[in-house]
Amino acid sequence: MNPVLIDLIWKGTVETVVMTLASGFISLIFGLPLGLLLVATARGGIAENLWLNRVIGSVVNGFRSVPFIILLVALIPVTRFIVGTALGTGAAIVPLSIAATPYFARIAEVSLREVPRGLIEAVEAMGASRWQVVREVLVPEALPGIIAGFTVTLVTLTGASAMAGAIGAGGLGDLAIRYGYQRFETTVMIVVVAILILLVCGLQFVGDRVVAALEKR
Amino acid sequence: MKHETRLVGAPVPTSGPEPVVALSGVTRAFGRTLALSGVSLSIAKGEILGLIGRSGAGKSTLIRCLNGLERPDSGSIRIDGQEITSLSDRELQPFRQKIGMVFQHFNLLSAKTVEDNIALPLKIAGVAKRDRLKRAGELLDLVGLSDKARAHPSALSGGQKQRVGIARALAANPALLLSDEATSALDPETTQSILDLMREINRSLGLTILLITHEMDVVRSIAGRVAVIDQGQIVEEGRVADVFARPVHAVTKSLLHGVRPQLPDFLSARLSPQGSGPALFSVDVTGEDAGLDFAARFADALGTTVTLVHGGVDHIQDQPVGRFFFRALARGDDIQAVAASHLARPNIHVELLGHEPGSH
Ligand SMILES: Nc1ncnc2c1ncn2[C@@H]1O[C@H](COP(=O)(O)OP(=O)(O)OP(=O)(O)O)[C@@H](O)[C@H]1O
Ligand SMILES: [Mg+2]
Repeated sequence: MNPVLIDLIWKGTVETVVMTLASGFISLIFGLPLGLLLVATARGGIAENLWLNRVIGSVVNGFRSVPFIILLVALIPVTRFIVGTALGTGAAIVPLSIAATPYFARIAEVSLREVPRGLIEAVEAMGASRWQVVREVLVPEALPGIIAGFTVTLVTLTGASAMAGAIGAGGLGDLAIRYGYQRFETTVMIVVVAILILLVCGLQFVGDRVVAALEKR
Repeated sequence: MKHETRLVGAPVPTSGPEPVVALSGVTRAFGRTLALSGVSLSIAKGEILGLIGRSGAGKSTLIRCLNGLERPDSGSIRIDGQEITSLSDRELQPFRQKIGMVFQHFNLLSAKTVEDNIALPLKIAGVAKRDRLKRAGELLDLVGLSDKARAHPSALSGGQKQRVGIARALAANPALLLSDEATSALDPETTQSILDLMREINRSLGLTILLITHEMDVVRSIAGRVAVIDQGQIVEEGRVADVFARPVHAVTKSLLHGVRPQLPDFLSARLSPQGSGPALFSVDVTGEDAGLDFAARFADALGTTVTLVHGGVDHIQDQPVGRFFFRALARGDDIQAVAASHLARPNIHVELLGHEPGSH
């Protein structure tokens, strides 16, 4: 294969990995507290507040119901405001993070909600504050589920970042469209697909390993 | 012969006038269900109080009110002299550290080691890591699980988990231990070892224990006093030996049905209130008098043959408790009068149950 193409593929791979990990990280930072807030404010939660719960729930649902490709375009002004440009890898991280945060928040919420009520009560009965309940019970007990959910989020982001390529985000998606699709470079297409498969398998493998190690406890 | 050691579950004699727990008029409703309805109860320092009742009677609600996991609608709850119903959630937090709680399903944190589970109440109280691990080590010794310090709860058997649960409940040196069906998920042998542990703790630390259970054997083997709750009300209360010897309320009778001698069904089925046939009567007796030769005494007093049909002497802790069923061949109707004149003691209770069909 043309060394220029190899260079492009390498660059695309790095861009995809950067987009995935950066937006994954951001969705973790914002999504986990959001998930905690959803669980804590729900009926019977440790900080029950149904009104707040409904508001957060609606916002999360709102973002989740917009297809990513539309979000991508709709968020261009926001992206431009935050990053200064709407093009390139850095710019793609904004819509990717905004799409992934509510997604991950819901996944985290499910795991957090499954922490048995009895465990929370046992620790409340020791005189724990809400924050101590979160730190000592909710998060540690839900951790395997949260990690598994984070893995799913990263895998989804890998796919979504390829879509972001369509609006000039760079990365493997961009490459596949420009060379594989528009210039009929079948080899590029195959290599890109193979790399994406490897990336996803790698992420899943690492995620599964971490979850298994946590669940052995 | 003088007993040197204090009876298990009995109050510590040196206690002040203030009970560890004092409830008065505590009411709690869930929608239309009145889970607690004007409950008044007190627990003295060093006492083991057994709380029994049918499913849904309000036992868990009562115990949860004591550490503020549940708020009563009205009434007063004083723990160690402190009124807790007026405390805010935040004010309750330091107060809860004085109360240990043991649960039916253990409620150990799976993400923490045994040692860290036991040390958790101290971590929450802000004790330094070195000190709390030292305390966890002592408690592991106490419950006989020193070799499991670094294990995770999933690697323990049910009995071992409950030992950890008890160790955890004791970590912060509580003034009161609450136990909600702590042995209900355990087999009889393990139950016995957990009860031995509780008894030991009560004796060595003088710890006050409130024990909820539906297993009468549990109450009988370690409680000093028992309270019976039904439909949110305390319907009977007293020393275990007394209540077991002579339950008064219908619910108590039915709860104790399995652990007291009962007249066999085929005998009770053929009794009628009136008749000329042999009379059957029961005798309930507590204390030394349980060893009296009742058959001979009744025979003398009635001038007829009296035979033992069923029953015997049992021991509740070190208290003899007798329950006998006798058959008197004639003049059974005089039983109450005879008992009144010959056996007039508060610890002996005689009751005519009925007559068998006459054979002559
Ligand atoms: N959080 C709740 N919401 C609604 N009803 C409740 C709640 N907690 C308890 N109740 C009701 O209050 C009554 C007493 O319940 P409680 O759990 O105290 O019974 P219990 O004596 O502990 O029963 P069990 O032996 O089955 O554990 C029941 O009728 C129950 O349905
Ligand atoms: Mg209960």
